[in-house]
Amino acid sequence: MKANLKYNICWLILMVAGFYLMNALILVGVIDSFLENMVVTIGINIILAVGLNLVIGFAGQFSLGHAGFMAVGAYATAIIISKTPTAGAFYASIIVGVVVAIIAALIVGIPTLRLRGDYLAIATMGAAEIIRIIINNLKITNGPSGMFNIPQFATWPVVYTMVCITTIIIVNFIHSRGGRAALAVREDEIAAESMGINIFKWKLAAFVLGAATAAVAGSMQASYLQTIAPNNFNIMESIAILIIVVLGGVGSITGSFVAATILGVVDAALQSFGALRMVIYALVLILIMIFKPSGIMGSRELSFKRLFSRKNKKVGAKS
Amino acid sequence: MTTLFQQLINGLSLGSIYALLALGYTMVYGIIKLINFAHGDIYMLGAFWGYYTINFWHFNFIFALLSAMVVCAAAGVIIEYFAYRPLRHAPRITALITAIGVSYFLENGMSYLYGADTRDFPQVIKQVNYNLWGVRVSNIQILILVTACLLMVMLQLIIKKTKMGRAMRAVSVDPDAAELVGININRTISFTFALGSSMAGAAGVLIGLYYNSIDPLMGMTPGIKAFVAAVVGGIGSVPGASLGGFLIGLLETAVQSVGLSAYKDAAVYLVLIIILLVLPAGIFGKNVKEKV
Repeated sequence: MKANLKYNICWLILMVAGFYLMNALILVGVIDSFLENMVVTIGINIILAVGLNLVIGFAGQFSLGHAGFMAVGAYATAIIISKTPTAGAFYASIIVGVVVAIIAALIVGIPTLRLRGDYLAIATMGAAEIIRIIINNLKITNGPSGMFNIPQFATWPVVYTMVCITTIIIVNFIHSRGGRAALAVREDEIAAESMGINIFKWKLAAFVLGAATAAVAGSMQASYLQTIAPNNFNIMESIAILIIVVLGGVGSITGSFVAATILGVVDAALQSFGALRMVIYALVLILIMIFKPSGIMGSRELSFKRLFSRKNKKVGAKS
Repeated sequence: MTTLFQQLINGLSLGSIYALLALGYTMVYGIIKLINFAHGDIYMLGAFWGYYTINFWHFNFIFALLSAMVVCAAAGVIIEYFAYRPLRHAPRITALITAIGVSYFLENGMSYLYGADTRDFPQVIKQVNYNLWGVRVSNIQILILVTACLLMVMLQLIIKKTKMGRAMRAVSVDPDAAELVGININRTISFTFALGSSMAGAAGVLIGLYYNSIDPLMGMTPGIKAFVAAVVGGIGSVPGASLGGFLIGLLETAVQSVGLSAYKDAAVYLVLIIILLVLPAGIFGKNVKEKV
């Protein structure tokens, strides 16, 4: 704790500074509603990407079903706050979404996590599609037309706080005993098992934690955009999250932040290109992957620790 | 009884389309372990090629089918050369994202060039319905089934009997060893893409004829379902892909015929998950033991 105090304080300062910077920019009028929308979308994508990165990059389980859990959170919030539009109900609905998503992740994860690689990907994709199709056919979710006029409680400070909270939880999990166990599972399941690690338990733990954060992101999206439809949570959404993770670097949390930000800005900047937008987006994606196959950050992290130790080394070399 | 046979016929014709697509997935996966997400879009290209050649150059059906196969084979080889070959030794997830990028590129490129609206596929063969003991069978359904089966038999012959087919099997077992005995890996992989893509092109023309409508995003859902079919059959196995395709087609029509058409995709995925849990490598897949 003491050893990392300096770095943790640095991150805390960065978080608070980011918050006040946003606040100031909005007050001054640099960030208008279009840019604010972009920032909030980036924030939601960060929550999703960091959660998926935990599952893919740290536990090594290739899941393509992230959008399904996001849908669970989104619909929990939408249904609850459409009935009782109060801030308290909104926060309760986030918790309800998380709990339902955890149950769904257990139901999906316990049977499927014994599969490997692409088989796991296709099975989780199927599970997410089943969740979506069920939502599509229920009365309470208003079927394929989706729900609209959802009260807006998720303003940007709420989303910002949620980004910070989910990231802190995930990073702490990665640095805990469980996180190291998950890393060992990723590197070599057989070796990890022979060291006495319960591989299934830690795979499931990472999967469930990823699903819980996806539900939080879904709640944010439902309440910020105020309309949701089952088609927002199809395979393409899962793939969009996967793209952020791979583009940022599988196994790099800060990479996911960087990639989500870059993609959000590129997406907003290409808004004026109309039909050509997705063509350019696809080309950019292919080119980045060909010339930087391990993603923008690889598996490295931006960290204050490295920054400081580099500085210390320089000082040490001088003296 | 007649409804059962009716659904069987409908299921088999839909299944043969899935089977043709699944073959491309399974061959590419078998040889370079890549889920070729762009495969469904090659099928879309095939359908559009059929649409244009029949409408503007007045090709007949056979000629449209064969030319679509050639064009799609070329498209597959070009995609492999530019997008996948540079990533041969990159992490597999990177190649997967590139495949998704190619898929986006083809879908949106076609929407940009030709518009995103649905078009009517020209009816180059007039539909005739035969009534066999109360079961309604159209000549197009028979045509689809016969063409698909013919193509599958040809493919099996190419893989089992020709030198190139043997090279393909060798590369899928062990690329390094195959290279050591003098197999040109790049050429073999290109050939695999050409074969798989030509099957997809044929499937595109056939589905245009069957469903009568095409659009630039038509490849997405059948592509994913065909991949599911390939996984169910045991990915990497050619007979498995055919079987999986027919299974998925039959299942879909069966669920639809009992009045649960809203849940037909859910049923497909549920069966996929159950099959994977019982047979983790699919029906015909080999379970590879991991060595320590």
